[in-house]
Amino acid sequence: MDTERTSLPGIGFQHVFTTARNRRIGVVSHRSGRRDLVIYDKEDPDSALVSVELSVDEANGLAELIGTPRVTERLAELRRQVDGLATAQLAITDGSPFDGNTLGDTQARSRTGASIVAVVRGHEVVASPRPDFTFHGGDIVVVVGTEEGVAAVATILTSG
Amino acid sequence: MHGSILLVELGAVILGLGLLGALSVRFSISPIPLYLLAGLAFGQGGVLPLATSEVFISTGAEIGVILLLFTLGLEYTAGELVSTLRTSAPAGLVDLVLNAAPGVAVALILDWGLVAAVAMGGITYVTSSGITAKVMGDLGWLGNRETPVVLSLLVFEDLAMALYLPILTALLAGVGLLGGAATLGIAAVTITVILIIALRYGRQVEKLVASPSDEVLLLKVLGLVLLVAGIAQQLQVSAAVGAFLVGIALSGPLAHTARQILTPLRDLFAAVFFVFFGLNTNPADLPPVAGIAALLAVAGIGTKLATGWWAGRRAGIATTGRLRAGAALLPRGEFNIVIAGLAVAAGVNPRLGPLAAAYVLILAVTGPLLARAAEPLARRLRRPPAPAPSP
Repeated sequence: MDTERTSLPGIGFQHVFTTARNRRIGVVSHRSGRRDLVIYDKEDPDSALVSVELSVDEANGLAELIGTPRVTERLAELRRQVDGLATAQLAITDGSPFDGNTLGDTQARSRTGASIVAVVRGHEVVASPRPDFTFHGGDIVVVVGTEEGVAAVATILTSG
Repeated sequence: MHGSILLVELGAVILGLGLLGALSVRFSISPIPLYLLAGLAFGQGGVLPLATSEVFISTGAEIGVILLLFTLGLEYTAGELVSTLRTSAPAGLVDLVLNAAPGVAVALILDWGLVAAVAMGGITYVTSSGITAKVMGDLGWLGNRETPVVLSLLVFEDLAMALYLPILTALLAGVGLLGGAATLGIAAVTITVILIIALRYGRQVEKLVASPSDEVLLLKVLGLVLLVAGIAQQLQVSAAVGAFLVGIALSGPLAHTARQILTPLRDLFAAVFFVFFGLNTNPADLPPVAGIAALLAVAGIGTKLATGWWAGRRAGIATTGRLRAGAALLPRGEFNIVIAGLAVAAGVNPRLGPLAAAYVLILAVTGPLLARAAEPLARRLRRPPAPAPSP
């Protein structure tokens, strides 16, 4: 899925993508936290057919219903609440040394102190993955720890 | 005794504005034309001339302009301004040339002189970013593909204002070509310095101003804005531009909080500013310039539609979007009055004030209405009229 990001000066930014069945859907993210869910016209991809205004809570609720992003939102919230706690989403690239290897192989926790708390694969979230969980290229690994610990996990995942 | 009359007058004016504001919310139109009309009614030759509160209102009006520009600057980050300049300079220049032309032409044809021509160019050029943003939000246009095009045109206009206002201030002060060049130089240097500070040292500035207490933050920010605006005025760079630049220098969460705290103050003083402008315009002067104002408004609608069409086509947008882009740009409002206010204060042609007031009254009202008509019109354009309806 290709998401196109456009900056909207004075408002925030906008993400737009086209579904497999050729419908365009967008989200306008206001700086205030408000979100507009936009469905575009079939005939005219420039024009919004409907635009639904969502408050912060409503947007989070919708995200939860739809799926994965909620986990990362919660982590971002957690990070805001706890000073000194860092979270990151790290991608396993196709050439990564752990593409095809298990979580246990990384020894991330013993080497860095940071924990891999979830893995996002496509539309699925594997929360608290076990040591025998096998990574694939394209997985997004969610890491929680100190700033240094998270950075160290990023290094391990890219260069072993 | 004097004090009590002052309070009664102020209270009555502000309450009246509140009632007008309620009306504008009820009908979902911009309150600006209503405030202007209120000013006309309270001013010289109006139905209810004010006696004692003029001094307060004129100072309040100055603060209103400063806060208008400051909150506008808060909307943008320095990074956005720089990237907009890079990507939309051609469309921005087309916008400037097409839309300033009618004003300049009218001033020259009426033989008002060069300074008035520069002021009139500004008055016909600038779109009201406040009204436009509201129209696009109300009509659910924010997600449309032409919206980034429209917004970057607005950013470009605001940047152009940052250069234009100092030039106009200098011209109005009657400095010669050399003095004007010097002022422009000072303005350019000031703007560059502030942009660099904002881009490089934004964090330090925020640390200086930030405070967990809203009260402290309000006083610090308001003080800083007025101080910089005053210094800018001293340097003949125009107080409004100084305030705009302070707004740009503040960004991130601090800008968000500052906007929340200062918006009520801005609303109050901006309303006072529009009333003040109306106060200084004699309603009897309006009818003689109404014809010219109507012509200018028609020209202004045409040039903005052309701008939107051109900028939309350049961004690869189809007919409907191009029309919407033009229609969104139609409303004129706060800036046009700010410019006219400067010109009137400096005593340029006495017909300029009424003309600007009439022009803004027309376009602040018809702009949003025409925007609503853009989509039906585009549908008709896209689908050639169907053959006579079958029975």
